[in-house]
Amino acid sequence: MTAPAAPVAELVDASRTYPGHPPVRALREANLRIDDGELVGIVGPSGSGKSTLLNVLGTLDRADAGTVRIDGHDLATLTDRQLSSLRAHRIGFVFQQFFLAPGVTALDNVADGLLYTGLPLAERRRRAAETLERVGLADRSHHRPNELSGGQRQRVAVARALVGRPSLLLADEPTGALDSESGAAVLDLLRELHQSGTTIVVITHDHDVAAMLPRQVHIRDGQIASDDALTMTGAAP
Amino acid sequence: MRPSRLRPRDAVRVAATGLRSRPLRAVLSSLGIAVGIAAMVAVVGISASSRAEIDQQLRALGTNLLTVEPGQRLLDGETAVLPAESVDMVARIGPVTSVSAVGAVDDAFVYRTDHIDEAKTNGITTLAARPDLLDAVSGQVASGRWLDDALAAYPTVVLGATTAERLGITRTDGSVAVWLGEAWFTVVGVLAPAPLAPELDAAALVGWPIAEELLGYDGAPTRLYERSTESQVDDVRAVLPATVNPANPEEVSVSRPSDALAAQNAADETLLALLLALGGVALLVGGIGVANTMVIAVLERRSEIGLRRALGATRAHIRIQFLGESVLLGGFGGIGGAVLGGLVTAVFAASRDWPFALPLWVLGGAAAATILVGALAGAYPASRAARMSPTAALATV
Repeated sequence: MTAPAAPVAELVDASRTYPGHPPVRALREANLRIDDGELVGIVGPSGSGKSTLLNVLGTLDRADAGTVRIDGHDLATLTDRQLSSLRAHRIGFVFQQFFLAPGVTALDNVADGLLYTGLPLAERRRRAAETLERVGLADRSHHRPNELSGGQRQRVAVARALVGRPSLLLADEPTGALDSESGAAVLDLLRELHQSGTTIVVITHDHDVAAMLPRQVHIRDGQIASDDALTMTGAAP
Repeated sequence: MRPSRLRPRDAVRVAATGLRSRPLRAVLSSLGIAVGIAAMVAVVGISASSRAEIDQQLRALGTNLLTVEPGQRLLDGETAVLPAESVDMVARIGPVTSVSAVGAVDDAFVYRTDHIDEAKTNGITTLAARPDLLDAVSGQVASGRWLDDALAAYPTVVLGATTAERLGITRTDGSVAVWLGEAWFTVVGVLAPAPLAPELDAAALVGWPIAEELLGYDGAPTRLYERSTESQVDDVRAVLPATVNPANPEEVSVSRPSDALAAQNAADETLLALLLALGGVALLVGGIGVANTMVIAVLERRSEIGLRRALGATRAHIRIQFLGESVLLGGFGGIGGAVLGGLVTAVFAASRDWPFALPLWVLGGAAAATILVGALAGAYPASRAARMSPTAALATV
């Protein structure tokens, strides 16, 4: 038996409470460990705290109790600028609404994924072209978002998240705005990326989507209700 | 870990992209600044052109002309009288290069015909002029001829520019006569406007001898015109009163018409400051317009801000982006305004035959002002955008 490598992301008793009357405990003492190369589905109904979990994993939000480690960094010790740099270099995001810049070509939208790394424009475009080819959109690189189908747009968004070769790719309801066929294509793409070694976390409320992912984490009322990984370790002591 | 980094060139690109996505709004909101800058540039440009014109005029006319007038008598406050021989006395001052004089002929008014009511003098004065007058005041004959020694003894008259206009006289071939005093005087010439001796414009000039003969003129000059070497003007000025009237030098008043011309221009400076302030108000209003646009842009583009934070932008990068947009808006307004103001100045100057003058500091000032206004207008919206939490920004859609 070899010692397990350091996890890409790790939550230890992480909580997040939003102030208010009464305060909303969106995440309660969650424990989660995501290893390199995993494809994890985080499943839960709306309001279950899965978006908070994604934001905390993506360093967009800070846990107010417990520990969160991304790529070995304890987020509590990092400044806002350091968190930004973690997002620029280590984390890729895919959103339900794509958030592509209108009127900008697919190539430049993908290249914008590297904007805050300080790479020169030519290099950003070169890598963007490579990544577009990887998601099968090389022939669409000079199309603008309004000239692309929903599924193609989401693949452009995936390429943008991927172009910086992140340690962790976070996808928030990536199929939520797509018809089932396009959604399946995007999921296939994510599975392909997983095969080639990318660590991916997919957040979804859709059990059918989750069923296609190798590891599922169910979340309810801010708590991790079940985790395939833990069940497996439990079954094999 | 390498920090997030936005290259300066990319910062400019990002800011410009924000404006390009809504061109009409960008144009409209920078229009306010453009109007303000155009107003300020045009005001300064027109004033500079007018000053250039006056400088050019003064260069052509010379600033070495001094005029001597009788002052008031100390005893009774009546207007003093200059001695008849004063012209010759002044001519004897060393540096003096030319001297001449006119004398007001009292109770001699000019009419188109002898049927006009005597009370309607039209504001025209009759002056007896020495033949060398035009040399001394740099005067020009617009048409006809001047009162030389030959004509000065006959009832002939040369009209000032304004006088000719008021009487409606353009012909100077000897076919037109005016009723002057108690006799007909033939119009032999019309003068061009004389900037250094504006009193000649509204006068009718007759020869010295004929004035004494026909109009009861006493021969006392009422205004002397004197030119000297440029460098000696002040020295000449100091000795003029005693030379003109040795008995009562305090009854003589000396002035320098070129100073008056320059002073008239200086009086315009107050108006200039007022107009500049008005342009400043327009600039302020334009700045508020830009601030308004930026506030709306920040609200509308929350998801873009959230996305950029997710892509690794720091707060400073978001601030730079929106500040850059605002400065660009101001800058476009400034460039447009400077061009517009320059055009207005050029057209105005051309319409008045002035030289075109637009000091470079105005353009530099306009650029600095618009950048400043853009930065001030964008400061608050940009800091709001920067403070926005990424999760809140992303959750708004």
